[in-house]
Amino acid sequence: MEIKLKLNGKVVTGHVQPDTVLLDFLREKGCLSVKCGCDTSNCGLCTVLMDAKPILSCSTLAVRADGHEIYTLEGLQEEASEFVGFIADQGADQCGFCNPGFVMNTIALLRENPEPTDDEIRAFLSGNLCRCSGYDGQLRGIRAFLDSRKN
Amino acid sequence: MITIKEYVRVKTLEEAWQLNQNKMNRILGGMLWMRLGSGMVNTAIDLSELGLDAIEENEEEFSIGAMVSLRDLEVHEGLNCYTNNAVKNALKDIVGVQFRNMATVGGSIWGRFGFSDVLTVFLALDTYVELYKGGIVPLEEFANRKADNDILVRLIVKKVSGKVVYSAMRNQSTDFPVLTCAVSNVNGTYKAVVGARPAKAAVYYDKENRLINGETEEARKMFAEDVAKVANTQSNARGSKEYRTHLMKVLVSRGLVELGGLDGN
Ligand SMILES: Cc1cc2nc3c(=O)[nH]c(=O)nc-3n(C[C@H](O)[C@H](O)[C@H](O)COP(=O)(O)OP(=O)(O)OC[C@H]3O[C@@H](n4cnc5c(N)ncnc54)[C@H](O)[C@@H]3O)c2cc1C
Ligand code: FES
Ligand code: FES
Repeated sequence: MEIKLKLNGKVVTGHVQPDTVLLDFLREKGCLSVKCGCDTSNCGLCTVLMDAKPILSCSTLAVRADGHEIYTLEGLQEEASEFVGFIADQGADQCGFCNPGFVMNTIALLRENPEPTDDEIRAFLSGNLCRCSGYDGQLRGIRAFLDSRKN
Repeated sequence: MITIKEYVRVKTLEEAWQLNQNKMNRILGGMLWMRLGSGMVNTAIDLSELGLDAIEENEEEFSIGAMVSLRDLEVHEGLNCYTNNAVKNALKDIVGVQFRNMATVGGSIWGRFGFSDVLTVFLALDTYVELYKGGIVPLEEFANRKADNDILVRLIVKKVSGKVVYSAMRNQSTDFPVLTCAVSNVNGTYKAVVGARPAKAAVYYDKENRLINGETEEARKMFAEDVAKVANTQSNARGSKEYRTHLMKVLVSRGLVELGGLDGN
């Protein structure tokens, strides 16, 4: 099936099978930040924005993205660069595998709620799993970023 | 993951229904539960262009389209105001925000899953499902039916007088619940809805009229004991039968205490 969608601001087309998942389509289009970390829709690593909402690209059929707008980390470098340094400064990333999913969902969080409390951060990011850390580093990093914006 | 041979974005419910009469074809909700299977689907039927993704509210009821996401329900002001955040409390621990942006209320109710927070909270309210061929049916009746080839079009929540409280026990946040529990008083009738026993949520009424003369501590305790006596529990990896029965008494009594503190509609 032919699909046409807006990917990181540019119109792209492609040929997909009815059961091709969006994740595979995006990787084929060169968006290698989009990774697969589980097969149960649980880990959040594959998070992308579809019509500005964070979704799991591993569990979305590519045909369902036809006519929609998708953003991956490749298209949101500038927005991400504002806060990723703060997370790195806390030593939150160990192997770093979970990072793209965390960054994408943090972007979604901060757009929806620019001044979240710690509990709101925890609740919004609870669908992003990390095998290495205890999530505290990420939380401290986001908090440090938010505090820096206030000063 | 399931394999899919064909994909159709239907233009009408009739087209969807016709396709759904073939057992090899499947309606797509958010596809999250469905994709865990390994079967083959001939035609995947997508309802996303039928305008079923809206929550409408008027004086009498909420009308919730089958394709409304769990996240849209969770953040809906009207629904959470009416239920004193019980809907939000029921949905907020289901996997994650991204997941809830995709999982649909239609797929969640249609599935009649044992572990369902979604089924539990809606059973506590005055809720109906609208089926394309089957018409409007009380949710409690629908929950006890076997799945057929009809289509769930929307959920209707009547704005009757009452109040509701939700709680669930999880071993770990975002895991499947060990027990789900909603307690409500709808139109003067007390209900306790308990799910993940691990069997599907069921409604328990105050048949012994324990609460008829007010929610005293003694009355609450007796009602919780009554529920625990009739609601069968089983053991699985998440908890034992005995633990679940114990939890049930605690969650039902606590729910009633909280309910007593609410103003109600
Ligand atoms: C890993 C995981 C963890 C979960 N944890 C929880 C939890 O903790 N609590 C909880 O309550 N739920 C949980 N769920 C269930 C989840 O919330 C959804 O209820 C479930 O995924 C079904 O919703 P869906 O939109 O994905 O439906 P699908 O998977 O798309 O559909 C489910 C079934 O319903 C049929 N169907 C869908 N829509 C319709 C319709 N309109 N008419 C007729 N038939 C229809 C489909 O054909 C299919 O048979 C979990 C699911 C997964 C995969
Ligand atoms: S890859 Fe784990 S949720 Fe998508
Ligand atoms: S840093 Fe290794 S998975 Fe998160």
